[in-house]
Amino acid sequence: MRFIKYLLVGIFFGILMAKSEAFSWYRIQEMFRFQAFHMYGIIGTAVVLGVIGTWLIKKLKINDIHGEKIIFTPKEKGFYRYFLGGSIFGLGWALGGACPGPMVVSIGYGVLSMLVVFFFSIVGTFLYGEVRDRLPH
Amino acid sequence: MWEFLINPWPWWFSGAAISVTMFALILFGRSFGFSSNLRTLCAIATRRKVRFFDFDWKKETWNLIFLVGAIIGGYLANTYMNHGEAVQISQATITDLAALGFGEPSTSSSGVQPDELYAWENVLTIRGVLILAVAGLLVGFGTRYAGGCTSGHAISGLSDLQLPSLIAVIGFFTGGLIMTHLLYPFIF
Repeated sequence: MRFIKYLLVGIFFGILMAKSEAFSWYRIQEMFRFQAFHMYGIIGTAVVLGVIGTWLIKKLKINDIHGEKIIFTPKEKGFYRYFLGGSIFGLGWALGGACPGPMVVSIGYGVLSMLVVFFFSIVGTFLYGEVRDRLPH
Repeated sequence: MWEFLINPWPWWFSGAAISVTMFALILFGRSFGFSSNLRTLCAIATRRKVRFFDFDWKKETWNLIFLVGAIIGGYLANTYMNHGEAVQISQATITDLAALGFGEPSTSSSGVQPDELYAWENVLTIRGVLILAVAGLLVGFGTRYAGGCTSGHAISGLSDLQLPSLIAVIGFFTGGLIMTHLLYPFIF
């Protein structure tokens, strides 16, 4: 039962990805062609509110629902892994038109062929695990 | 109210809803990062025999439940909140895509993903399945290499003003622009 809240937030996320149309290949194409404000507005709003909220949580020392201190773990320093990994991700994002969250939302929406992309994204993660020691990070 | 929710959500409402998702997970003592699920699924599939996937994945169960919720959410959005129109993109994009052989978004299919990539008759060709497989491989490989995807870096990381996340997001766009502007003309 303690998991039901994650299911509910997941459902909310799924509906939001669909109704915002951010899960659509067409919207991603429009974004990478700089032909509409829509996606930039979505990401920009989320980040601005996110910055304010994150700052407030730190400033007011807000605890989580278990009464534990909320910790924002800083990402490891580095350049190559973020730039190269990010670029590889971007190539795939623009090709299929979906990042991992929107992929599963699409599947629920009824685009079952997105299962192919999702399956191979798991394979891609597996391949990274196999070769990670030989990559610059 | 319901009328508003059924129609495509405006950008400011959508962006605020993403923030709500992130802060809900933070207040539950978790964090918003979807692609960790790919690593968890690898851990389950390899039964912890590969070092990178040898971790206690049961601690990530909450995120898999979130994933199941996202699938249900997609289903509910199409079944109960469908406004009956395809995605409305700009005329400039429609023109650009037409030059590459893509038709306009149409309700005769999903209305959200192009038939040219996602209709089964195209998926079940060597070329069609290769495109989707490569897209998936790049996303899955890249997101783990970069340590996060759009949710983990562009939303959570930038909200915490993390420099690595900014580098990753610049990477996302570098890759996306190369694919869209340089590679699409060769692929399509």
